[in-house]
Amino acid sequence: MEEELLEEILASYRGDRGELVPILQEVQDNLGYLPEKSMVDIAKFIGVPESHVYSVASFYAQFRLLPLGRKRIAVCRGTACHIRGAPQILNRIEKTIGLKEGETSDDLEYTLETVACFGCCALAPCIRVNMDVVGEMTSEKVDELFPPVIEGVKNDQ
Amino acid sequence: MEKISIKINDQDIMAHKGATILETALANKIYIPHLCYHPDLKPAGSCRVCLVELDDGKLVTSCRTPVKEEMVIKTKSAELDKVRRPIIEMIIANHHMDCKNCAKKGRCELQRIMGYMKIDKKRIQQNLRFPKEELPLDDSNPFFIRDHNKCVLCGICVRTCQEIQKVSAIDFAGRGYSTKIATLGDKPIAQSRCESCGECVVRCPVGALVPKNLRRPSHEVKTICPYCGVGCSIVLGIRDNVVVNVRGDADSSVNSGRLCVKGRFGLSFVNSQDRLTSPLIRISSNKNSSLVTRHPSLFREVSWDEALDLVASKLKNYRGDEFALIASTKCTNEESYIAQKFARVVMGTNNIDSSVRLCDAPSITALLKTNGINALTNSISEIENAASILIVGANITQSHPVIGLRVKKAVENGAILIVVSPIEIDLCGFAKVWLRPYPGTDLALFMGMCKAILDGELHDNAFIQEKCENFEDFKNSLDDFPSGKVERITGVSRDKVASAAKIFATNKPSAILWSSGLTQYSHGTDNVLGLINLSMLTGNITKPSYGINPLMDHNNSQGVCDMGCLPDFYPGYQAVDQPEMRKRFKSIWGKDLNPNPGLTLTGILQDTLEGKIKAFYIMGSDPVSNIAGSHKVKEALKKAEFIIFQDIFLNDTAQFADVILPAASFAEKDGTFTNTETRVQIINKAMEPIGNSRPDWEIICNLAERMGSRGFDFNNPEDIMSEIASVTPIYRNISYNSLRKGSLKWSDLAETSLTGQNGKYKFTPLQYRPPAEVPDVDYPLILIAERDIYSDGILSQKVDGLKALRAKRLVYINPKDATDFEIKNGEVVRVISRWGEIEGQAVVTTASPPGLVTMYLLEKEINQLINPSPDPAAKTLETKICAVRIVPQKES
Repeated sequence: MEEELLEEILASYRGDRGELVPILQEVQDNLGYLPEKSMVDIAKFIGVPESHVYSVASFYAQFRLLPLGRKRIAVCRGTACHIRGAPQILNRIEKTIGLKEGETSDDLEYTLETVACFGCCALAPCIRVNMDVVGEMTSEKVDELFPPVIEGVKNDQ
Repeated sequence: MEKISIKINDQDIMAHKGATILETALANKIYIPHLCYHPDLKPAGSCRVCLVELDDGKLVTSCRTPVKEEMVIKTKSAELDKVRRPIIEMIIANHHMDCKNCAKKGRCELQRIMGYMKIDKKRIQQNLRFPKEELPLDDSNPFFIRDHNKCVLCGICVRTCQEIQKVSAIDFAGRGYSTKIATLGDKPIAQSRCESCGECVVRCPVGALVPKNLRRPSHEVKTICPYCGVGCSIVLGIRDNVVVNVRGDADSSVNSGRLCVKGRFGLSFVNSQDRLTSPLIRISSNKNSSLVTRHPSLFREVSWDEALDLVASKLKNYRGDEFALIASTKCTNEESYIAQKFARVVMGTNNIDSSVRLCDAPSITALLKTNGINALTNSISEIENAASILIVGANITQSHPVIGLRVKKAVENGAILIVVSPIEIDLCGFAKVWLRPYPGTDLALFMGMCKAILDGELHDNAFIQEKCENFEDFKNSLDDFPSGKVERITGVSRDKVASAAKIFATNKPSAILWSSGLTQYSHGTDNVLGLINLSMLTGNITKPSYGINPLMDHNNSQGVCDMGCLPDFYPGYQAVDQPEMRKRFKSIWGKDLNPNPGLTLTGILQDTLEGKIKAFYIMGSDPVSNIAGSHKVKEALKKAEFIIFQDIFLNDTAQFADVILPAASFAEKDGTFTNTETRVQIINKAMEPIGNSRPDWEIICNLAERMGSRGFDFNNPEDIMSEIASVTPIYRNISYNSLRKGSLKWSDLAETSLTGQNGKYKFTPLQYRPPAEVPDVDYPLILIAERDIYSDGILSQKVDGLKALRAKRLVYINPKDATDFEIKNGEVVRVISRWGEIEGQAVVTTASPPGLVTMYLLEKEINQLINPSPDPAAKTLETKICAVRIVPQKES
């Protein structure tokens, strides 16, 4: 499936070197990350070494080399959230879902990240799950949002 | 070159116009600190350490700034120090500064810069060093270690891999503080595209890339690499009679300092524990034993006297055509000459052949037929200047890696590359046109190209009229190759054939390179003739960077043939069946000579099976593994009455030997090798022979004297070369005195010019024959056996690192076939031929076209699978392809 999708994406490009970043972006938009196999195929398509594609993909913060969890949790660590207990919230989430910051669970259910500030300090402490912001977090809310028990972790970056 | 005057640090200097400031300074022994500069690479100007100050106060990178008339340059100043010092201090702060225990100690650029700038590393590290996590070592490659903690990110390794090797296995990855040099996916280097050539290791300015088991040599000796036919010049580093280091010789016109993994890291076989160290005599009559060991129940260690006396007394019973000698493509010219002289003079037979028969003989046969001489028409270095290059049946980056670099360089210089290969090879990525004919149909493709060239009137009529003969016949024969038929036979569309033909005919000079992928067919000679026709038709033969270039397999494949280790030729391709030649050699060698041409390798085995040949002398070769239809070879050897085996290692053939004689390796003797471009190069003795081993020429000369023959009392290889020069017209101008001044190409020196017989090149009308090995219902697929860069006969098998890097036993199969035969990616499958079977792991990929399976196999492995038919002219066996079926292992 991935392969067909990639083929479809590449079909709309000419195969020039300069198309590398737009291709990587489109592949990531569709697959959620940049699988190694796709980097090999892209390299061949635009005629650059595989190591060069990796070089570019690993340079930009926007590209992910490992798959993301279906629920991408971002905990705000801004000043307001910090004062209102963000470290405790992060701690609680880490314990509940069994992941450290920056990790993705083996079953690809969760990815846990932290963010400097969402800009919704009035709701502090807040977190974001995919595109939804949840404000005024408490430990109870954490338990509600994330039913526990996940075994094994995968390191990210 | 034009000179201009400049001033560096108040010193007046005459500089070459166009040189950079850094180059000029270094050439005048003025040191400017630098990290990312390397003379072999384009300047990157990224480290900013090589800054200098101009008289207007401007700071410039000296590695990228060309000198100008009247330039005034300061390499030291307060301003420079202000800029340069923080750069170096930052690097030191992030560097693993355990200099005392570093392999690069004393040769490290960073150490040198620190000394030059008087930097106190302790102060920096106390004040500045971040608590950085130690990165793990990458020791996945058996030959070198990557240590990111010592990397200064100069990028020399990245650019070496890009610019010189053109593999680009590594690049910068990540950003900022965590930037590092990484492969795709930051995997261990052994899992990347890295070819382990070590070019980056020799260029790393610090201790980030260092060879494993590093020992400094006590002395160095210049010699020639004993692996493939390229014949790279190397400098062997020796300590305590052990090869500890190898460098490429930068002055060589063959390799210009470049080496592949085998040349740089693969010569430790010289000191392998498995080396034969003493003569052995068989005590057990059981030749069936698969135990190839020095086990005391099979063989007994004896003195040289005892061994040679036994051989001398036995061989007396087999004079004439009951004897056959198999010469070695690995031995020197002098040894090959002595070997054939022994067979012809002492034993009275022309039954002499070598493993050249198995791969390159069709090229020799074809070249002798059309050009009258067995030599390629280009130099290796000329390839870089070709305008178009046609490569057929040769995976050059694997089989002749250093010539592969020349081809890549040529493409960089603007040459148009046409690759003819059914499977995808590295060079396809560099090719403008990749033709993918069905295996074994190359000839139809060449004739199709010839036809297209004639139809388009792109041929070189003037050249043909003046220099060629038989053109009309040839032209008429092309009527057999209309474009539709060519398309049907080869599977290559007529448009592609026509466009390849047009590119080839209109971009001159055009060079053709081929190797065993073209010759190992039952119509191998015709294949080569087809290519020669194509070259003549376009007037592309003989001029510099034009021409036809067979790539010989081994270091001395060319030499062993030049020296007359051929059943039908005396040294220098002088035919045995011509009475005046025979008379000439009789007068020189002082002995009546056998007037009948001898048998080829395949003929020799047939006659042994029939009981006509009874005694064998096998020098540095392994017929059991090398010759296809191993079962038949074994039977023949079992039947022989007396077998002398002379080599540096025991191999599968040794189990049939009666006497085993230990030979000295290339590092332990003097002599010459002739490479694939007919360049005669001296090899120098670098160390004492291991154990009791002796150079092959010494052994045979001693034996000949014990058998009462005269004409073998040579003191050294130099004496032998004088005799060779006196009997071999093509070597007439070769002597050690001239070779010591530099290697010589005999095809340049020989008075027999390359203008064919009667001074004209001869077109050969050809008919297409399909390969003898064809698929059928039971064996529906064609197996193509490929060789990888890490495998080259027994020498490479005695180097643990090369063994570790060898391609895994993978079976590459097209997705379509995988579906048809229910093969899943990654599962273990059995590949079954009419004669044997082999296991491997399936890789489903479009790199292998439908109908084909590709495997990287040792000769030995493929030879168990086939029982091939020979080429009628050259007697080379069709070992390139094999009909197979493929089944999942679980079904067995």
